[in-house]
Amino acid sequence: MKVKGLFPTLIAIVSGLIVLIGYLVRLPFLVEMSQTLLSWAVLLTAFAVLLGIFNLLIVHTRRLARKAKGSGYSLILILSMLATLAVGMIIPLFPAASRVLDIIFQTVILPVEASLMALLAVTLTYAGFRLWRHRMNFFTIVFLVTALLVLLGMVALPVLGNVPLISDTVRPILAQVFAAAGARGILIGVALGALLTGLRVLFGVDRPYWE
Amino acid sequence: MTDSVLGLLGFGLTFLAVMVVVGAAFVYRKNLPPLRVIPSFGRLHQAIGRVVEDGSRLHVSLGRGMLITPQSASAFAGLTLLRRLANLTVMSDRPPVTVSGDPALTLLAQDTLWNVAREANLPYDPTAARLGGMTPFSYAAGSIPSILHENVSAVVLIGNFGPEAALLADAAERSQAFCIAGSDNLTAQSILYAAAQEPLIGEELYASGAYIEPTTLHAVSLMAQDVLRWLLIVAMIGGSVLTLIGVL
Repeated sequence: MKVKGLFPTLIAIVSGLIVLIGYLVRLPFLVEMSQTLLSWAVLLTAFAVLLGIFNLLIVHTRRLARKAKGSGYSLILILSMLATLAVGMIIPLFPAASRVLDIIFQTVILPVEASLMALLAVTLTYAGFRLWRHRMNFFTIVFLVTALLVLLGMVALPVLGNVPLISDTVRPILAQVFAAAGARGILIGVALGALLTGLRVLFGVDRPYWE
Repeated sequence: MTDSVLGLLGFGLTFLAVMVVVGAAFVYRKNLPPLRVIPSFGRLHQAIGRVVEDGSRLHVSLGRGMLITPQSASAFAGLTLLRRLANLTVMSDRPPVTVSGDPALTLLAQDTLWNVAREANLPYDPTAARLGGMTPFSYAAGSIPSILHENVSAVVLIGNFGPEAALLADAAERSQAFCIAGSDNLTAQSILYAAAQEPLIGEELYASGAYIEPTTLHAVSLMAQDVLRWLLIVAMIGGSVLTLIGVL
């Protein structure tokens, strides 16, 4: 490591260690120090949001200037972003303007996100078929049969109502025994992976910041 | 169990992890420890080769893992992978493009790409690292155009994703790009198992950097991960047996 990079790495390591130890060993002065460091991090994150918005603006302005495919959407994005920002900025002067933000959220963001969620159902069905075609092996069969059984166990059919045996026996066993056991196994792996990644960052082995 | 006991247990586990890493690093100080074979990373290597050869673009989605939440670990794993992939593709005609759902993560991605370009004495494109959107589906909506319209031939989804990852994997499929995907979120993992060409399960996403450009410390930390997993398995089975016979 270059000497120039030693200082930021040292700051990162010491800050990380204080927060980690303060979290695990609840000594009052360590807790207080780690809370201070975390509140600084929150403050920096808030500034990062402003830079992120600026980045979004640059990316879409360039798309517009290049007349790239779909640049009309970039124009809509820029205009709506600036309009929302303007409304947000005048709230301290005109508190009633917060109602406009509510309306934007309820009538634009919420329905669009809900539509994309609905689209997801179609995408996943298609992905299931694709899986059948492209990656046919034992695990794919287990995956698809399990998904089918759980779906069958959850829906009420028009005449039959709940599907006998599948709704009351097979689905609960699949969900509460096999799926829960598998999920816990995967979560333990993820937790250990996260722990070791955290340690690598903490001790400067992986540096997300450049020296 | 009280908070302080849980805290001490956590401290013990962390200390043990550090000790195992230090011990393994000492044993393997002269050569790299063996990594178990994960075929998906082999295919990622091939896809990177194609990106460099045919002048297409690599797309890296880093997810929405905020740096001040527990999901930051997957974001850091993504940044490590981005740094190594950017090093490998820096000489290609088009620089890699990266999209993230957290502004702080976007800044770190920009820093990574800028430094890779600077070290290679190449110009840096400030729009190569972008903020896609800050809600799950706005993030997906912000990332999909890049996958579909920027001559992308390899898509790497790595970090914290929710179900919206399926839309990104579908976009990769539609643009006939290679797609490797891993998330720390359980729902996203099951969705990606069906939707992505090469899904990464469980802790495989944290190992990605070591498989692209292995370093001794990264590789030994993966060994430590395996050792800790076996210890936890033994503890869980032991605990179950002791509970069964009435000792606990």
